[in-house]
Amino acid sequence: MRRSDIAFWTGAALFLLAVLLASLLLRNEYPFFAGYVILQFIVLAVAWSILGGAAGYVNFGTNAFFGAGVYTAVFLTKAFGAPLLVQIAVAAAVGSLLGFAVGLLTLRMQGIFFSIATIALAIIIETTVMNWRYVGGAAGIQLQRPPVTAPFDSYVKMLFFVQALLVVVSVAITRYIQHSWIGRGLQALKDDELAAECTGVPTLRLKMLACVLSGALLAAAGAPAAMYLQYADPSSAFNLNYSVSVLAMALIGGTAHWIGPVLGAILLGSTQQVLAVTISSEVNVLVLGIMLVLFVVGAPKGLIGLFRSFSPRTGARK
Amino acid sequence: MFSWDLLRDAVVLGMLLGCFYAAVSVGLSISFGLLDVPQVAHPAFLVLASYGVYLLNDLYDLDPLIAGFLLTPVFFLLGLVTYRLYYETFERRGSEAGVRGIAFFFGVAFIIEVLIILWFGVDQRSVTAHYIGKAWRFGGLRIPLRQLVAFGVAIALTGLLSIYLSQTFMGRAIRAVVQDEEGLRLMGANPVKIKQFAFGIATAVLGIAGALLIIVAPVEPTLDRVYIGRTFCVVVMAGLGSITGTLVAAIILGVAETIVLTLFGASWAPAVSFAMLLGILAVRPQGLLGR
Repeated sequence: MRRSDIAFWTGAALFLLAVLLASLLLRNEYPFFAGYVILQFIVLAVAWSILGGAAGYVNFGTNAFFGAGVYTAVFLTKAFGAPLLVQIAVAAAVGSLLGFAVGLLTLRMQGIFFSIATIALAIIIETTVMNWRYVGGAAGIQLQRPPVTAPFDSYVKMLFFVQALLVVVSVAITRYIQHSWIGRGLQALKDDELAAECTGVPTLRLKMLACVLSGALLAAAGAPAAMYLQYADPSSAFNLNYSVSVLAMALIGGTAHWIGPVLGAILLGSTQQVLAVTISSEVNVLVLGIMLVLFVVGAPKGLIGLFRSFSPRTGARK
Repeated sequence: MFSWDLLRDAVVLGMLLGCFYAAVSVGLSISFGLLDVPQVAHPAFLVLASYGVYLLNDLYDLDPLIAGFLLTPVFFLLGLVTYRLYYETFERRGSEAGVRGIAFFFGVAFIIEVLIILWFGVDQRSVTAHYIGKAWRFGGLRIPLRQLVAFGVAIALTGLLSIYLSQTFMGRAIRAVVQDEEGLRLMGANPVKIKQFAFGIATAVLGIAGALLIIVAPVEPTLDRVYIGRTFCVVVMAGLGSITGTLVAAIILGVAETIVLTLFGASWAPAVSFAMLLGILAVRPQGLLGR
């Protein structure tokens, strides 16, 4: 356990260092522009899997959290000209409140009812934002990027680094949950909520915690998107495609270990980037849907499950 | 300014709209309400049926209702195949079927949506028929004839389904499999076959519902997203599996939507069904007329 901790944090530090060095040394902006989306999806998929994987509550409302993050940033920029880190922090707070609300929903709903309720929440928030003139309403809003802070020479590179930081934060949190009693408790309530409650697992507190953490990270991942695109409109910020992409990434990677959603996001995220550039964004949603269905039918435990079934050694250790 | 005339018109139009909502939801009332299948792709199948009707109307100049009727056997088969796939991969394996079953239907919905976009493009499509575009006047109220046609067909459809489920042998078998699957098995019937047939019926109805959808208003590929809210709102409000309840709940939703439309404007209308759904799930999950 200790040794794996050291390995993990060394890996995380090396990853951030590499990102920092790359953003200082590389001149071309395009890799950062494309890579940002993949990093964003890693955060989203990892954050989604806290609730969706560990606790077994399928959240279809990823777009609600993402959009809430985007619009928190938009509001703060327009009202106070708040800096990026403040935008992300406040977005995380808004996301955790929203997560708390979703947690309250889990009190009486399970399975499909919970999922439908999260879609409902997303549409209601989207409609509210559409009717909110101050942040642009249905037409959307243009945003000006503030001047970039040193040591970065372009805003996109800075956003890329910030998103990489969020990746490390979200993976660290998920990893901690998986290795602690929280993860075991969530696992227990996923298998049988009543039995877990009877054996003394504080199911309500755990579900609330999972919802709040997941919500905070999902919204935090959305916040920089406003500055990334320099534009926000409700129908793209609250697009259901985010929900289906993130769901697909998490399930294709497998939710039994934090590496699953990361792999899923890298694999699908880069495929999407390539397809969207070379063919069309419609085809890329089609591929996403087909892969989701294929994996759900053929490989229920995702890529992790596939790897484990091929290598008996790691399979035994679990 | 609030006026009683406006409210009266809203209620009348809302009731017509509500009956139409009943027609598009009644299939889900069987597949999700009775059979417990998380059919999130129901609205996507509905929009697919509308495009089928559009194609038949465009190519062969068929009346949309006849086109919808012709589509029902195709959708019946589609329903059989879908249920078989769902059963083999999820229901039979048991554990974790819930999570992955939902993801499966969500994926299917997206595939259908994108295939429609790739085939027809993102433009709105509509059908032509002699009753589209005309209106009848009752006193000060102007009712589009297309709404009346949809209303009539919707009432007939829900009525027939209700009779089918309560009076015929197969209909009773479907209700029996819902109440006691094991008991039915002991009596020598195959519950899976009955459920598959029921799912087929639930999907077949979408042929006609799809025709109504494109008669009432033009359709676009992503229309199914709004209808996730409407159909699930109706089915949950009705109390799972109740056909009469479906009609009542749909009328309530229709009236609520038109009133919001009249008072606050069209931009708030899509949220009505979702807000009602959320409210019902939070307060009375067994629905108004729960079983």
